Amino acid sequence: MLNPTLITVIMAATVIGALAGALGTFLVLRGQSLLGEVISHAALPGVVGGFLASGGRDMSAILGGALISGALAGLVVQVLRRGAGVKADAALGTVLSLFFAAGVVLLSIAQLQPGAAGLTVFLFGQAASVLRADLLPMVLVALGVVSVLTLFWKEFQLITFDREAAEVQGLPVVALETLLTVLIAITIVLGLALAGVVLMVAMLIAPAVAARQWVRSLGAMVALAGLFGVISGASGALLSAMGDGVATGPVMVLMAMAVTSLSLLLAPERGVLARWRRQMGARRALRGRQVLAALDGLSRDHRDPEYTSDEAMLDAYLGTNAGPVLSRLQKGGFIRAAAPVAPEIQGRRWELTGAGLERLHGRDSGDGAQGGDRGDDA
Amino acid sequence: MAQLHEPHIACHVEDLTVSYRERPVLWDIDLDIPPGVMAAIVGPNGAGKSTLIKAVLGLVTPVAGHVRVFGLPVAKLRRKIAYVPQRQSVDWDFPATVGNVVLMGLYGQLGWLRRPRRKHRARAMAALEQVGMQDYASRPISQLSGGQQQRTFIARALVQEADLLFLDEPMAGVDAVTEAAIVTLLKAQRDAGRTVVVVHHDLQTVSRYFDWLVMLNQRIIAQGPVTEVYTEENLRAAYGGQLALIGSLAASDAQSEAPAAAGSETRSADA
Repeated sequence: MLNPTLITVIMAATVIGALAGALGTFLVLRGQSLLGEVISHAALPGVVGGFLASGGRDMSAILGGALISGALAGLVVQVLRRGAGVKADAALGTVLSLFFAAGVVLLSIAQLQPGAAGLTVFLFGQAASVLRADLLPMVLVALGVVSVLTLFWKEFQLITFDREAAEVQGLPVVALETLLTVLIAITIVLGLALAGVVLMVAMLIAPAVAARQWVRSLGAMVALAGLFGVISGASGALLSAMGDGVATGPVMVLMAMAVTSLSLLLAPERGVLARWRRQMGARRALRGRQVLAALDGLSRDHRDPEYTSDEAMLDAYLGTNAGPVLSRLQKGGFIRAAAPVAPEIQGRRWELTGAGLERLHGRDSGDGAQGGDRGDDA
Repeated sequence: MAQLHEPHIACHVEDLTVSYRERPVLWDIDLDIPPGVMAAIVGPNGAGKSTLIKAVLGLVTPVAGHVRVFGLPVAKLRRKIAYVPQRQSVDWDFPATVGNVVLMGLYGQLGWLRRPRRKHRARAMAALEQVGMQDYASRPISQLSGGQQQRTFIARALVQEADLLFLDEPMAGVDAVTEAAIVTLLKAQRDAGRTVVVVHHDLQTVSRYFDWLVMLNQRIIAQGPVTEVYTEENLRAAYGGQLALIGSLAASDAQSEAPAAAGSETRSADA
């Protein structure tokens, strides 16, 4: 089942997935996802230009062309923003469309040339188009990117978290930012044959967003995003290679999105479910306190520490059925049911226990309060 | 060392003018802050307080003028200068622990290709102890309250052991206990011979916290020891239209000084 083509495809997807996840972490943390989108779409005219210039399917010419047009697009964005005062999102959107449109026009022209049929794979990616001979250069470039990332690790960390602090400490921030953007651009261009210009950026963004849910440090985020990239890249490439003629990019992206959705939903601290449970817990605790306070208040009003409150009165006070809250409190030993005054079964009466009083008036431990007050708006 | 220009002044600013696009923000600033003081920069909104600090640090390029720190251009003396930005200036959802962030204060000193070692981690820990955050070293910064964020940033500046500290509104949005702790901490820095420059927004506390005062409203209104500069006339010049308010402020400040000082002592005894 695992023929050589399939092995090549999986290896390429693994390398690209790992690289995209790792570099995508910086793209996402710096809030530059849209810039990545521009670089990737803007690579198309470069891809076609490289093909036309080299007169054939020469990988280095095509990728070189992609890098150049991607960089050019980034430059035009800068000019529009700084020079013409166009808002960032508008500048990005305009340049993306402009370069992509130019790419599609060039592509239509290039189709007239012999051997240009393969160029369309760059739109949505085609794993099968990756040749065995492409693997070694791909791995070498990826290793190069990762080594630069490792060498300037702490500098990249600092400019990503706090650009001004980096500048005040004397780091050449503009040069470092440019270097990081170049690494990201190389990663995008390297994955174009596999994932295509339209969807490549999703392979950078989705694993990083997923990884952020699970980690507490940048190193862990980069590693985990790389792993997610490998999982979604390899499985996507495999699925598309087995299905006849299915573009690889979309399948890889769907796999990555599955990982992301699960992470957004299930992550232990930041996941949607965990947040929902925390909110429910907080609401319950509040309800419980309200009931304890009501019991306490009623017995004070009656100047009777032994006073027992009618459940119906607590219902009215809470504005809803107090039953579930009461049974939870009873289980916790904070209240107890009192002997009925009259022999009716419905009208249960309640009083505070010593533990209940302590819970109401005693202060929570400092640590718990710290975690709590932050948990709400996190 | 013939190149030194005003070496006996911690922070010397001459003819500094800054403008954003066509709009001037700072006009012809001449500023001298002597070493070993705790200085406040005050002024109304839009007076250019933060911009002044950023221009001194080289984060904003001035149209004209120059800055010398202990007689040298800032670029030559980066290690002696630490900066605490407004805490809203970064995304606190960044994946890092409190310890990581404090360690970042040493990245510039470490130099290229060097990783922080055990001794650097020890310094970071010591800085965290100074701000009372040693128990939070491994906590993700996304879980910090506003006051804890501020103290983390201050620890990141302290770890550099700089001679000149710039802080942009360190007391903004923190509770009274944290504010008192920060002031105590900064005064200790000054008493250790360092120079502390703070952008401050609360006129009522200026004369209690600081010994040097710079009043700014696009131009320098007044500068010097707090006792000389903190006058109604200067306040009127800096804050203009909000005159009535200032009159009452000056009065209430004089009244509240004694009980407030007593209050802050009880607080620090608590902590």
